[in-house]
Amino acid sequence: MRPSKNTSVASPSTGNKGFMGLIPYFLIGIYFGIIFTKSEVISWFRIQEMFRFQAFHMYGIIGAAVVVAMISVFLIKRYRLKSLDGVEIVIPPKDMGSGTRYWLGGTIFGLGWALTGACPGPMFALVGNGALVMLVAILSAVAGTFAYGALRPKLPH
Amino acid sequence: MIEFISQPWPWYVAGPLIGIVVPALLLLGGKVFGISENLRHVCAMMPTKVEFFQYEWKNGLWNLTMIAGVVAGAWIAHTYLGSSDPVAISEATKTDLTALGVTDFSGLVPSQLFSWDNLFSGSGLSLIVLGGFLVGFGARYAGGCTSGHAISGLADLQLPSLIAVIGFFAGGLIATFLLLPIIL
Repeated sequence: MRPSKNTSVASPSTGNKGFMGLIPYFLIGIYFGIIFTKSEVISWFRIQEMFRFQAFHMYGIIGAAVVVAMISVFLIKRYRLKSLDGVEIVIPPKDMGSGTRYWLGGTIFGLGWALTGACPGPMFALVGNGALVMLVAILSAVAGTFAYGALRPKLPH
Repeated sequence: MIEFISQPWPWYVAGPLIGIVVPALLLLGGKVFGISENLRHVCAMMPTKVEFFQYEWKNGLWNLTMIAGVVAGAWIAHTYLGSSDPVAISEATKTDLTALGVTDFSGLVPSQLFSWDNLFSGSGLSLIVLGGFLVGFGARYAGGCTSGHAISGLADLQLPSLIAVIGFFAGGLIATFLLLPIIL
């Protein structure tokens, strides 16, 4: 993967340790699938409740997740921890550019988030919950991603 | 214990459990939590000449594996950890949605809107097809989704992520208060 600014959340470390190396990620996925389902963050109703400011539930979840992640990232940087495979942990900073991509892209994402009631992770969790029609939403999201890739040279960033 | 697990989990349990995955992924293999990258990897697998998709998608195999795990985990929760009770949303939300014509509050999503039968109606096309497209387009344009920006990015105190998250909310409010009344 090219280490350019368009790979903003790309993994800094490459190389997979084969099939066995993927197992921990599958387990983390299972863990997520269970939490997403049991906390109801994958519910269209919960997303509506959030955008209507009618309950603390979603704000509490996102807020608590950010606080825990923030403290952890601070400690990882503070003590310059290395990952298990001995590589220094680097979180690539996002390139600000003109800022257009963040507010405009963010707004477009938000429109879709409120309509489908699901961001990418929850879309997959809904499929696991038997809402197979969300496969169509996932396909559409892939199409949207492709459309962005094709239009990218013409869009303001 | 089983009874506690079977109930919907409160925010103060679910939030920290989600947040702790950020350092877990970093420590495990230096991976940055960002789920929408998978949508890009799928495009990169396809035979395409678009420059944005010319990279080694196999470096994202860990992420694709994780999302497969999400489907499996959701199935486990759905099948063994009980919960298809109506989602306990507030009365105010129920009232608002009822006014928009939503009558079935029984599942995780309103089945009258998110079903194969409704897919090709105006509301189905808007919510599922258009909504999904905007999620994919917007996530990549903004360089991340809820996980990449709202969680990983904010946790790393990145200003671009804060701007993106404000955008997420602006878009969500526009869709909720201006578009949904037209669509539903």
